Amino acid sequence: MADTLTELGEHIAQATAGAVTAHQVRLEELMLETTPDKVIALLTFLRDDPKCLFKQLIDICGVDWPEREKRFDVVYNLLSLKNNLRVRVKVATDETTPVPSAAPVYSSAGWFERETYDLYGVWFSDHPDLRRILTDYGFEGHPLRKDFPLTGFVELRWDDVQKRVIYEPVKLTQEFRRFDFLSPWEGGIERELPGDEKATKAS
Amino acid sequence: MSDVEIKTLTMNFGPQHPAAHGVLRLVVEMDGEIVERCDPHIGLLHRGTEKLIEYKSYLQAVPYFDRLDYVSPMNQEHAYALAVEKLLGIQAPERGQYIRVLFSEITRILNHLLNVTTFAMDVGALTPPLWGFEQRELLMEYYEQVSGSRMHAAYFRPGGVHQDLPAGMLDSMEGWIKQFYPFLKDIEYLLNDNRIFRMRTVDIGVVSSQQALDWGFSGPLIRASGIPWDLRKSQPYDVYERMDFDIPVGKTGDCFARYLVRIEEMYQSVRIMEQCVAALRTVGGPVRVDDRKISPPRRGEMKDSMEALIHHFKLYTEGYKVPAGETYTAVEAPKGEFGVYLVSDGTNKPYRCKIRAPGFPHLQALDMMTKGHQLADMSANIGSLDIVFGEIDR
Repeated sequence: MADTLTELGEHIAQATAGAVTAHQVRLEELMLETTPDKVIALLTFLRDDPKCLFKQLIDICGVDWPEREKRFDVVYNLLSLKNNLRVRVKVATDETTPVPSAAPVYSSAGWFERETYDLYGVWFSDHPDLRRILTDYGFEGHPLRKDFPLTGFVELRWDDVQKRVIYEPVKLTQEFRRFDFLSPWEGGIERELPGDEKATKAS
Repeated sequence: MSDVEIKTLTMNFGPQHPAAHGVLRLVVEMDGEIVERCDPHIGLLHRGTEKLIEYKSYLQAVPYFDRLDYVSPMNQEHAYALAVEKLLGIQAPERGQYIRVLFSEITRILNHLLNVTTFAMDVGALTPPLWGFEQRELLMEYYEQVSGSRMHAAYFRPGGVHQDLPAGMLDSMEGWIKQFYPFLKDIEYLLNDNRIFRMRTVDIGVVSSQQALDWGFSGPLIRASGIPWDLRKSQPYDVYERMDFDIPVGKTGDCFARYLVRIEEMYQSVRIMEQCVAALRTVGGPVRVDDRKISPPRRGEMKDSMEALIHHFKLYTEGYKVPAGETYTAVEAPKGEFGVYLVSDGTNKPYRCKIRAPGFPHLQALDMMTKGHQLADMSANIGSLDIVFGEIDR
């Protein structure tokens, strides 16, 4: 399985001439990386090439890495029914760089891109109908960004005087508790514990 | 003849409408009785599941999956459990896998019973839901026996299942299977040759195989459009490759074909259940991995072992760390391909957990399916799509 995927990755990287910036197989899953300007060409190739035939776009989603310069990954998951293979295509972008819409290649991309736009604020150019999809009418912000608080900014309630639902800033009766259960004794994450600064570093 | 300007009527369908199967709001543009365009407004049940999961440990995220598609909870836990197991590099023990397959099929029957019967209700038949829900009740008793809950089970966990089956369950299940075949025949007798049912469903919402691929269909919908594709066969997980079952394929791709595929799938699910019950009588051993760094110790063990107590405490507060990596793992849920795209950064909480719900692309295609049909056919289409808003809105 892993050999087939490595071979396929090589084949795609060669045939698309520079559209694939990196490809690797991890956990028996093939992952390709590309840039926003090449993504449509790559998706079209993946759909039509006789060795690929990834006829189904299974999913598009975003991932937020705030510490990176290009903070968003747009992840396309494709499936080939003919060859029984999956492939994952990743495009890195930021708040301002648009990613061309995949809707002309796969009809199912429309809603997936609306969702990614709604939750992350990734802009898709030439999208036929880029509106919010999951959040409320008139919602502000992009809730799945890492800097968006879990509690959100507004809460709503029924106002009996005005006879309508009104929005108010979130009031928490108890501070939101976020436990960091990572044990400092088990390693894994490098971080400084209180008192560490006094220790002389063994170098 | 002078030019006549035709004004379309914009109509609001839902969100509180019995045929909307939940909280679907459709803005429909009508030309008389004919639907010109329909724009589904979803998100009325959005609860931010993916955001919440990012703040929970891997074990605490399991119950969220029950609450997505609340008529097929265990299949979704299955996808999540498999994804976490893949990142951890572990495999559930054999008995645990058989139990998972058994309950996945029970869940499939639960889901199809609900869909087929309420679909019949959408197009005017009232008896099927009354009969079908009785069977659902019997199956949910099995849910309750293994997990303590009729619906939101949290039974499949990364590493296996939470508990072994209670004594006597396999016997009672055999009894249930025996009476289910005649029941399914009765449902078919009610609907297959029913004139009203046929008139409402045959040649309604036809989806060609090309369209089904393009719109990201999966599960019974892609099979009804003539593509023999089932993840249980093509990318088998757990012990599905040892199971002997067939994949029903529809010919016409209309609402009636989708109904027929679901009925036949129930027969096949019962077949898999029979095989699992037979296998579980001989396959013994643990039901979840015997690794104290992942699965917590039994309560009895904790009474006299300090180490077990520490493990229990650590696993239920901190949880376990999952090596950094990412995976897309999918299962054949009753509604189609349910996938979890899980990104781990090496801590005890998922960095990103994207839930790929089958209903999402299916509902997207409603506009394509309904265009040119009458308004009443739209509710037949919605019924045959098998949508549940828990999973679409997430």
